[in-house]
Amino acid sequence: MTNPNVSRRSVLAAAGTGLGISLAGCTGGGSDGPTVGILEDRSGEFQLNGTSKWQATKMALDEINEDGGILGEEVEYIDPDPQSDNQRYQELTEQLILQDEIDALWAGYSSATREAIRPIINDNDQLYFYTTQYEGGVCDDTIFPVGATARQQLGIVTPYLADQYGEDIYIIAADYNFGQLSGDWVNILADEEGYNIVGEEYIPLDETDFSSVINRIQEEDPDFIMSMLVGNNHENFYDQRASNDLMIPIGTSTTLAQGYEHRRYDPPALTDVYAGVSYMEELGDERGENFVDDFYDRFEDANYLNQEAHNNYFSVYMWRDAVEEAGTFDQEAVIEVLEEGVDISAPSGEITLDGATHHVTHQMRVAHADEDHEISFTDPEPIEPTFLREEVEDGAGCNLREDSMTTQYEPGDVYDV
Amino acid sequence: MIGLETLPLSTSPVYGLLALMFQFFNSFAFIVLATVGLAIIFGMMGVINLAHGEFILVGVYGTALVFHAGIPLPIAMIAGVAITVVFGIVVERTIVRHFYDRLLDSMVATWGLALVVAQLLLIVFGSSLGSISTPMGSVSYGPYTSSVYRSIFLPVVAVLMLVGLYVLFTRTEFGIKARATIEDPETARAMGIDTDRMYITTFGIGSGLAGLTGALYAPALGSITPDRGSAFLIEAFIAVVVGGPSVIIGTLSAAGLLSMFNAVGSFLAGTFVGQMLMLLVAIFALRMLPNGITGYVKDWQQRRRAEE
Repeated sequence: MTNPNVSRRSVLAAAGTGLGISLAGCTGGGSDGPTVGILEDRSGEFQLNGTSKWQATKMALDEINEDGGILGEEVEYIDPDPQSDNQRYQELTEQLILQDEIDALWAGYSSATREAIRPIINDNDQLYFYTTQYEGGVCDDTIFPVGATARQQLGIVTPYLADQYGEDIYIIAADYNFGQLSGDWVNILADEEGYNIVGEEYIPLDETDFSSVINRIQEEDPDFIMSMLVGNNHENFYDQRASNDLMIPIGTSTTLAQGYEHRRYDPPALTDVYAGVSYMEELGDERGENFVDDFYDRFEDANYLNQEAHNNYFSVYMWRDAVEEAGTFDQEAVIEVLEEGVDISAPSGEITLDGATHHVTHQMRVAHADEDHEISFTDPEPIEPTFLREEVEDGAGCNLREDSMTTQYEPGDVYDV
Repeated sequence: MIGLETLPLSTSPVYGLLALMFQFFNSFAFIVLATVGLAIIFGMMGVINLAHGEFILVGVYGTALVFHAGIPLPIAMIAGVAITVVFGIVVERTIVRHFYDRLLDSMVATWGLALVVAQLLLIVFGSSLGSISTPMGSVSYGPYTSSVYRSIFLPVVAVLMLVGLYVLFTRTEFGIKARATIEDPETARAMGIDTDRMYITTFGIGSGLAGLTGALYAPALGSITPDRGSAFLIEAFIAVVVGGPSVIIGTLSAAGLLSMFNAVGSFLAGTFVGQMLMLLVAIFALRMLPNGITGYVKDWQQRRRAEE
């Protein structure tokens, strides 16, 4: 997800850390064996989501190494803390690519981070796995955005709620590119299915007071709310909703599966929140193995195994399999194998990497938090990355097997929004 | 953006005005409570405390930790304030006392302190603490509801706090000594005032107010994570600058002005417009009244006296 909210403090912090980086710049050096980079936030604004991603990436690599490594070699990983700071992300990405000569990179929570390092990735043709659920549309030679997209998440949860509760929808979303584009997707879905959007508001990321928003929703009295609120400040909406007794059901792509709000808030704050998810810890392991238990065995103090961490986990294994099939760590060869398409047996079920678009056909579910914040799921439904494959370029789709691209499509490229 | 047909006023004017009033109270309480600790320390001691948000956060964490240990919320809040006062006094003795009336230096030192505190909270207490539900429920009128805690209880506390501070600093011996110490420490010392103690006490009061804000917002903040200090800092700074040199009247008038524009903007056109309007008013106020509202009033009074 994107966060353009650059505080004065983070600018100062960036200036301050710049000195530290340049001094620390002469450690390390390219190692001989295979090396991967992990840049996930363990401090700063996104630590709540990033820590889990970092842990799951390490877990996958440790498991692989304990199992004999890849092509008989132990995989090293370098995992400095980017501190939710895009400037630091850029510096660390350059350092990992140029100095440590990494063979693959897992990096970043927000879309702003992904976009901040994308030029560096493109300049160096670096194989990069971006694992957060996001607005969708990235079509880029060396980037594999393996998280569920807005179309996949909203596409499962919006019709479900319209069936259950009625067709009047009120949209609230964070006021920046991720929230705006997600709002566009809800509008597109409403258009296709004939739902009514009775209100729509985009809320600045630093807003903590939702009293006027709640009053406006009460005024319109929708059948359900679609909420693509983002970040710690916006979470306050759910608490204020409970104290105002605004128990209209809420559909979302951002809540529950990432920041485990249902664990951190007392009921009834998250009651009748429905999230479109590809994975949550409560789902366990569809393969019949012990993904969740293994995770907590390795990280006893871990808070939650979130949807994004699951993406990190299966994509590390996906990369391993591709390297073994290619017989080399050479990034171009590995990408070629991945672009043939990959069937993956993940804790979330049987999923598929679509070679042409670099996106994943996820097993999507609607997760429901009840009045005790207990989570239940609908049956999984595989949803394909149709936007990139069938809709963009007048239906021709993006085909990275044939064409070299470094672009991001937006819903407005295809639909009137 | 919101279309005209969704304006609350268009359907039920009385209820709509009530909603606006409660939104204003809510915003007013937030700005007063966020500002007052910063204003005391800046106005009385000439120190810009960039760790103000983290002082509030110490109050939030203190309250939440005690509350999660099974102690009732009101007692947990008192504990939160006490913890912040102790924290403030330790900080004053070790760091801040070297920076009195060194405005820029104090900013750098307290900014560093803010980073240290936030990171320590992360290391010691992890990603987040469990949130605390807002107590007291809501009032319902027409189609609307408003939170009793945020829109009635907190505004009342905010006003009582300002009245209490006014009495403390203008009507008590302590207040006179404290102001004498700030005005002219050497003369104050010559008159037998223990200026060191005055500094500690004043900083302790400022910290206690920040702690009280943290304690009061612990159940109204939503997520409790180590980066939440910044949620308070921006409003606090704007209000201090717009308010001007007189601490209490300045805080009151700035909070009234800013929250009025914020509430009306949010009410009529959405939270985005509310925020923009508040910032525009702040810019406008600084352009027209460079010494803040109370600075302008003071100048005006002096000019009038000179004319007479």
